[in-house]
Amino acid sequence: MSPIIETRELTRDFHVRDGLRRKRIRAVDEMSFSVDAGAAVGYIGANGAGKSTTIKMLTGILVPTSGEVRTCDLRPVQDRRRLAREVGVVFGQRSQLWWDLPVRESFTILASIHALSSADERARTDELVDRLEMSEYLGTPVRQLSLGQRMRAEVAAALLHSPRLVILDEPTIGLDVLSKQRLREFLVQERQTHGTTLLLTTHDMGDIERLCDRVLVVDHGHLAYDGTLDGLSRTVGAQRVLVVDLAEQTPDLLGIPDTAHLGSESRGLRQRLAFDAERTTAARVLGAVSEQAEVLDLSIEEPDIEDVVRRVYAASR
Amino acid sequence: MADLAPYRAVLASRIRSQRSYRANFRIDLISSFMVGLVELAEVWVLFHNVHSLGGFTFAQILLVFGLADVAFSLADLAFGHCDNLPTYIRAGKLDVFYLRPQPLLLQLITSDISLRRLARVLVGVVCVVAGLAVNDIAWSASTVLLLVVSLVSGFAIFSAMFVWAAGAQFFLINGAEMTNAFVYGGRYAATQPAAVWNRPLKVVFGFFFPMAFTGYLPTLEILGLPGPEWLPAWLAWCTPLAAVWAWAMAMLFWRIGVRHYQGGGG
Repeated sequence: MSPIIETRELTRDFHVRDGLRRKRIRAVDEMSFSVDAGAAVGYIGANGAGKSTTIKMLTGILVPTSGEVRTCDLRPVQDRRRLAREVGVVFGQRSQLWWDLPVRESFTILASIHALSSADERARTDELVDRLEMSEYLGTPVRQLSLGQRMRAEVAAALLHSPRLVILDEPTIGLDVLSKQRLREFLVQERQTHGTTLLLTTHDMGDIERLCDRVLVVDHGHLAYDGTLDGLSRTVGAQRVLVVDLAEQTPDLLGIPDTAHLGSESRGLRQRLAFDAERTTAARVLGAVSEQAEVLDLSIEEPDIEDVVRRVYAASR
Repeated sequence: MADLAPYRAVLASRIRSQRSYRANFRIDLISSFMVGLVELAEVWVLFHNVHSLGGFTFAQILLVFGLADVAFSLADLAFGHCDNLPTYIRAGKLDVFYLRPQPLLLQLITSDISLRRLARVLVGVVCVVAGLAVNDIAWSASTVLLLVVSLVSGFAIFSAMFVWAAGAQFFLINGAEMTNAFVYGGRYAATQPAAVWNRPLKVVFGFFFPMAFTGYLPTLEILGLPGPEWLPAWLAWCTPLAAVWAWAMAMLFWRIGVRHYQGGGG
């Protein structure tokens, strides 16, 4: 498969005023990577690591200081307008809808902006409205939508022209669990039916786990990791934590295979067990716990993305 | 020319939303009309105290004011919200423009339209009509031609000022104060008899920002006056050249600005 994104030694500097002196900050530093068409790539890193800057260079918003970038076989800055027809971008923090217009009308305008035929417009709008469950609030002005509703509308707006590449910058930020889940399911579906390439930045490990088959970790403008999520967890040893609420006060559950006891609360009524998803499963751990005590309730804590990133940073230095 | 449908769609929605708040729209219209009147009153008060200024009587300055004001108000109607660029940049809205397959400047211009500014156009039109009526004018085909050419070029010159200012916003932080001095200061200068300007002012608002070409020079030619040092009446026929110059400068600044864009944070 041919790459849909390709960068070579991509670099971007910013000049910032520091008192009277002007300081040069390198946001992206000679970054080289490529993404195959149809892939789903998570792009993670701490705030200020260079994620947004990279995305802006991929989409032609920012001019690179040096290096090369090609998106959809186009040069983003020079071919910006052609590229806009191939790429859809969702910014979790900024809106491309018209805040005082009903959702439906925003879609009509966007269809006109992307020169969709009225048949295409209707078919695609219907598809998106149906799959993102937006029919109830199509006539509501955007400013009156809940965050979850607005994000779904934003995603639909970015995907209306059926782009080959969809870039999502923090798409699930601030959403509740159910809304996150819906959005992820939609993106998985979209990828299956249209073969859309996804590139997303997020602080939510769940997004990465459910959507992405490849992860790029960026640190101070450098790629610190490029590979599968499993590989990432293996590399940094990020573990999941099973939290069990037990019926009775129980001594620390130390003997469960492939787990590490992290701690107990309320004299053993609640216990936390870390386990490595590579070696065992949540079900096996739960089974082993159930042999020793009656489990009333449980929850599983995902490895924290900040934690993963921190470990990658620590390992790469 | 590219397909106009996208711009029409956006503008139509803007107009609909403005008209849907009727009371609000009426108040906007009235206040905009009052602003136009107050500006005219400033000139009137000035001429109430002196009989003539820069060789112009109030009747004559009425035509300068009218021509410049019609051109400015129309430019303000079409290009005025270029002033919003700093807000767009800060809110990250400009990034959204970058992600659409239309030229940025056209998107910015068509992102909104303030219909209330039509009220100011009305003030200007009344002044032009009154100015043409009260002055002794030797009417000919060339007078009519000059009027049309001046209004069109004046519109282009003021529009270019808005674009120039917007382009400068990309690399000036809080630069609106500075550019406003020239855009709105320029509008004010355009309604004055340029004969009273000193030489530096003649250079800045006569030629660099060609404000004298929007009202003063055409009025000289229409009224058959010779014009002061550096600004002879025949220059009135060069207003299209002044418009081309203004747009060349505007596009230069805009292009440098777009390349210089640092992104809206986030």
